[in-house]
Amino acid sequence: MTEYALILVGTVLVNNFVLAKFLGLCPFMGVSKKLETAAGMGLATTFVLTLSAICAWLVNEYLLVPLGIEYLRIIAFILVIAVVVNFTETVMHKTSPVLYQVLGIFLPLITTNCAVLGVALLNLQEQRTFLESALFGFGAAVGFSLVLALFAAIRERVAVADVPEPFQGAAIALVTAGLMSLAFMGFAGLVAS
Amino acid sequence: MDILTAVAAIAVLAAVFGLLLGYTAIRFRVEGDPVADQIDGLLPQTQCGQCGYPGCRPYAEALAKGEAEINQCVPGGEATVLALADLLGKDPVALDEAAVKPKAVAVIDDKECIGCTLCLQACPVDAILGAAKQLHGIIASECTGCELCLPPCPVECIHMLPIPQELTNWRWPYPAAASVEPVRAAA
Repeated sequence: MTEYALILVGTVLVNNFVLAKFLGLCPFMGVSKKLETAAGMGLATTFVLTLSAICAWLVNEYLLVPLGIEYLRIIAFILVIAVVVNFTETVMHKTSPVLYQVLGIFLPLITTNCAVLGVALLNLQEQRTFLESALFGFGAAVGFSLVLALFAAIRERVAVADVPEPFQGAAIALVTAGLMSLAFMGFAGLVAS
Repeated sequence: MDILTAVAAIAVLAAVFGLLLGYTAIRFRVEGDPVADQIDGLLPQTQCGQCGYPGCRPYAEALAKGEAEINQCVPGGEATVLALADLLGKDPVALDEAAVKPKAVAVIDDKECIGCTLCLQACPVDAILGAAKQLHGIIASECTGCELCLPPCPVECIHMLPIPQELTNWRWPYPAAASVEPVRAAA
């Protein structure tokens, strides 16, 4: 049980996907201008990341490994992720229009989020079990959402702050992200992994 | 032999996924509403007429026919323009009138109000409270700034106060119409 808790804390805070592993930076910069959209993106990513981590593990374990074609895993995983995203979007559109409206535009974007593929590949590299993989995917997504929301909140304040002209726009955003990454280094040593 | 297995495996995987998606597309098909209904659902239903049409429904129908611009709904503000642009697949444009006129909220001068209830009937969002021969008051959070209460007032005691820009209501300035929607460019 402790082991699972450690995986969760480790992926959310210590080895945060955005600030420590530098994956998923595109939505981190692109969808962090407003807190509400950041929250929507975080929710959608959490859902898809967990599901695709599970599916990727299953495809690897029961298709790629028995046939000895592990070298095709990147292609197979991209296929899995695209299908999961598409499937989620269709089902959500029908079953939960409200959620679909909240997450609508963000869902297709997740297909190209490198954190999703990163989680699937890292799960293999670390030879995790099924439950660990699912938890790792969930933890990575929670960490991503947390950082995205924090960053969006900071950017909303930076937008009205008196920023020197050369630093305005993307420059101050990147500086902020760097400082956040520094701050998250403070979590290193919380969990040894 | 190996390569045949690999090709077959990926092909089967893709075929299974394709069938799954095809099935879900049929099984979970969403019956689309007529366009005017969807547009009407996005409008704020204040029926204020500031768009130049006699209400929200006529404006929605004009939009559906492509006769009106998407930026004419003042009470809906930027959010409505964005939602309409998304629904109709058009480029978002800046608000028509609100761009010129700052956002304002109506205020009743309590020294002059005679309690005639005329403004109560004019308010499309029921933001004015009051009774006959009693001082009326305006719920600022409900007021859309549509100014429909100004003409009926016999003593002209209603004034429009502009809302100052603060941290709580500040919004990102809208990019030029030519640039792509930032959210879509994110990936």
